[in-house]
Amino acid sequence: MNAKKLLGFAAFLLAVFVLVPLIIKATGRSDFYYTLTSVALLSVGAAGVWLTFYIGRINIGQGAYALVGGYVSTILVTQAGVSFWLTLPLAGLFCALISVLIGLPILRLRGVYFAMVTLVLTEVARLTALALPITNGAKGITSIPLPGEFSLFGITIIPAFGSLANPRFGFYIMAVVLMIITYLVLWRIVNSRLGHLCRSLQQNEELSASIGVNTAYLRVLAYAISSFFGGIAGAMFASIAQSIYPSSFVVADSVNFMLYCFLGGLGYVFGPMLGTLLLYFGWDLLSIAREYQLLIYSGIMILLMLVLPNGVLSLLDKKEGRA
Amino acid sequence: MSPILQIKNITKRYGGLTAVNDVSFDVNKGEILSVIGPNGAGKSTLFKLISSFVPATSGEVIFNGERISSLAPHKVARMGVVRTFQETTIFRSMTVRENIIVSHHLRSKASLLGFFLGTKQAKEDEDAFAASADDIVDFLGLQAIRNELASNLPQGHLRALGMAIGLATDPKVILLDEPFAGMNHDETMKMVALVRRLRDERGVTVLLVEHDMPAVMKISDRIVCINFGQKIAEGTPQEIRENEQVIEAYLGSEDAAIGM
Repeated sequence: MNAKKLLGFAAFLLAVFVLVPLIIKATGRSDFYYTLTSVALLSVGAAGVWLTFYIGRINIGQGAYALVGGYVSTILVTQAGVSFWLTLPLAGLFCALISVLIGLPILRLRGVYFAMVTLVLTEVARLTALALPITNGAKGITSIPLPGEFSLFGITIIPAFGSLANPRFGFYIMAVVLMIITYLVLWRIVNSRLGHLCRSLQQNEELSASIGVNTAYLRVLAYAISSFFGGIAGAMFASIAQSIYPSSFVVADSVNFMLYCFLGGLGYVFGPMLGTLLLYFGWDLLSIAREYQLLIYSGIMILLMLVLPNGVLSLLDKKEGRA
Repeated sequence: MSPILQIKNITKRYGGLTAVNDVSFDVNKGEILSVIGPNGAGKSTLFKLISSFVPATSGEVIFNGERISSLAPHKVARMGVVRTFQETTIFRSMTVRENIIVSHHLRSKASLLGFFLGTKQAKEDEDAFAASADDIVDFLGLQAIRNELASNLPQGHLRALGMAIGLATDPKVILLDEPFAGMNHDETMKMVALVRRLRDERGVTVLLVEHDMPAVMKISDRIVCINFGQKIAEGTPQEIRENEQVIEAYLGSEDAAIGM
């Protein structure tokens, strides 16, 4: 990491941990915490989708893993009394495991075929949640307790959320920390040999195999990491909303995850983060247009894809005269 | 000389079409062997069979005494049988150097997790790959374009890059699919010299499929000729040149085409 990147990272930390809370305090709009928490968590899910794009697969199924992750965490918390903080990685791991089983057969598919199968996954997850007794059908699971205390060797690292004066702020911090960790992991993947191999896979799978890359393994690995991110995002969401329903994540959410990546830029690690922020706020801001909201929103999306096919972050490249 | 690669009675059928029919031959260590034949004779299919990209209907390929014809392509590559592509297949959105570095994958000792964590072994690997990539760049004379995006390269350079990718995997046997296609005389002669150096300086056994008869006659130690999926002749360039069946197979494509 060079000095410029380190500085940028420091500025980002300053913005999310100091600037945003200050602004929210000054304006008194503490509901913004909820919005920003959502953005942070959605961008965690989008990071996963972005990684599957990075190996050359269009993933429209992240909603399925978010839903599964949400249910796994919720059921463990409400029925087995496991600490939420433990269920968070467990939800991710569970999703990763399922994604390996699903990924092994379907990752052989390419292009639109893979995309279509993943699109179905979200619906399968929703119907499964409706049918299983443990998920409580359409009624969902409600009044999930807030995350408790998390302590290591007797030292409290995260206080119980119920005891906080402002749980919203707590969730915000938690979600942002999660997002930062996710993107550091993603950044590291992309800038290590692992990422180079993913790129080789994206650009030419046959050649990749002929230089000795175990393409099937790498595809499943990337998909599992992607689903892990989806799972922990879903688990956090369920905990914040203190409820989860089969309709908590639907096909539209899966499509949105993909759009976040497109908008931010598929060639940039931090693309999905920016994309999520812009789309989420863009949609909210457009609510003033009422019945024309969707029309304007879709129109802008189409326009953006025409003008900036490589995402919003490609603007930076042009400025540096690299294009 | 001992055979490094043995092709034994290999057959490939696509439905009712027999693309390769009961072909057998040996490739000796350190030789340059060309497979020739008219269009559609099954040369490329044969290559795909040897590199295990398509499964054989029957028969087998033995490399250094081990059967490789049922292994996954990446495993065959790992053992040292590496194929370059006809369609000048490369990683388009990487630079020449990145293409070569990423192709060193087979030589990596560190695990993927090791690379993620940036362990000492991973760093050593990366340094070794970079050094070896520069070495290959020098070997193939690609210094001027090393930082060029592969998608911007002209065809001649693409072919060289394809070879560089093959070399990066440190192959024992390299399969070159039409290395001279679309080249003029000068380019072809340069490539012929390069393929020779590949064998002489790096000790790589070369198996190539080619249409360019003068080049094949010039470069090959031995030649295998196939037609309609069947082997019709095998021998030195001189023997092939005088073989009745080969001449017959090429009839209509002018005697000159066989370099006579």
